[in-house]
Amino acid sequence: MTWTATDIALMLGKIVLLYAIILTGAAYLVLAERRILGFIQDRIGPNRVGPLGLLQPLADVIKMLTKEDMIPTAADRLLFSLAPAMAAIPAILTFAIIPLGAPVQLFGRQVHLQIADLNVGVLFFMALSSIAVYGVALGGWASNSKYALLGSIRGLSQLISYELSMGLSLVPVVMLAKSLSLADIVNAQAEMPFIVYQPVAFAIFLVSILAECRRIPFDLPEAEGELVAGFHTEYSGMRFGLFFVGEYINIISLGSLASLFFLGGWRGPLLPPVLWFFIKVGLFSFLFIWVRGTLPRLRYDQLMHLGWKFLTPLALLNILVTGWWLALR
Amino acid sequence: MPILNDIKEILTGLSITFRHIFRKPVTVQFPEERRAMPERFRGSIVLTRDPDGAERCVACYLCSGACPVDCISMAAAEGENGRRYAAWFRINFSRCILCGLCAEACPTLAIQMSPEMFHCRRQVIDMVYEKEDLLIDGTGKDPNYNFYRHAGTGVVQPRGSGAGEQAPADPRSLLP
Repeated sequence: MTWTATDIALMLGKIVLLYAIILTGAAYLVLAERRILGFIQDRIGPNRVGPLGLLQPLADVIKMLTKEDMIPTAADRLLFSLAPAMAAIPAILTFAIIPLGAPVQLFGRQVHLQIADLNVGVLFFMALSSIAVYGVALGGWASNSKYALLGSIRGLSQLISYELSMGLSLVPVVMLAKSLSLADIVNAQAEMPFIVYQPVAFAIFLVSILAECRRIPFDLPEAEGELVAGFHTEYSGMRFGLFFVGEYINIISLGSLASLFFLGGWRGPLLPPVLWFFIKVGLFSFLFIWVRGTLPRLRYDQLMHLGWKFLTPLALLNILVTGWWLALR
Repeated sequence: MPILNDIKEILTGLSITFRHIFRKPVTVQFPEERRAMPERFRGSIVLTRDPDGAERCVACYLCSGACPVDCISMAAAEGENGRRYAAWFRINFSRCILCGLCAEACPTLAIQMSPEMFHCRRQVIDMVYEKEDLLIDGTGKDPNYNFYRHAGTGVVQPRGSGAGEQAPADPRSLLP
């Protein structure tokens, strides 16, 4: 396929638009989290900056950017400055394979609401979530501080353990859709979303993505009660901001992947497809915040126990049962 | 199966937090809304008047002496009718810790703690309250108490000129 100038302009337009959507989305997710956590705790939350506090993300960004950027003297300067980007970039890159809606007709040509329809989309997502581990690991290592190191060690083992159950819980989805491409997976759910066939896989995936984006009850790498702030203890200013924004972009990207794999992505009655997609992602984001407002942090051995002794065998069993069912059908 | 029990517990917790989302927040939006403080709250300090409308303060310096942070200062003066009063009376609220010891020490119930909350000030000098800022028109907590009704005002100027009164002794003449 040769690229014409229109193709390139279209692609650039899509990328810029997507960036705008996810960065605004992440910024307002922070506000939404603060407000909803406030309501859960019978408080109001930030409502002073602008109407209903809607300018709060802007104020936060200004605060982050104008804070002093500190690098500890004992830190590994190169890795220290590289790590926040390594945490945020994989989270943003995941959006390249996410279809936001049905293909639309625009100026007489078909436009896919997706940057790239990779035929190995699921593998690409798994690979990126593995690379995201490096941000945590190197951030903690390069800080040269014991809290950061402990946090990153925890983060490493947690992310690697839960990646396993996350990957295994996606195998039945791929078996049902007979494709690794995300557009095909959404198309395979035209009649029935996969959550109906795969409730167990959905539950495993949900728990795994909670662990994968290091949210309460799996926030052991950060664990502010024990490790100050875990792997990003030594970070300040916009470097911390990148870790922070990366976490929220991760929530959005993992929420959209959960809705793509199990809830039929942009498919839904009545409303336009893009709106359905945003509603589903919003529901997942709300779930993440809701869980954070409810559950306490797991102990380290409980975390490992849940991952290795429960979720992974259950996911394997689920693959076997799905294969059996597919063969006998 | 313990895991089913665990899931049930998690769902119970989630339902409780979900119900709390729609509950009315307990937050008081401070500068706009104010909570009425209890009657005995130790807020800002006031100087009260007796039921007849005269100042209760007799400038005895007991509040100043009781104050652990030395934020009260005054100068005593005596009026024509023999009543003592404070020529000036000053409380530096930037030092005041609102402990209430001055109000406990006051023999005439003049200095009292009011439930009024402090306002913030841009300048520290604005935190220094003079007598006219402190004096209120009411009687405060004990509306019927009048010190001079108990003690009388049988002191006249100059000292010793009252009926059956001796002239004050000159302490210097008693020195060895």
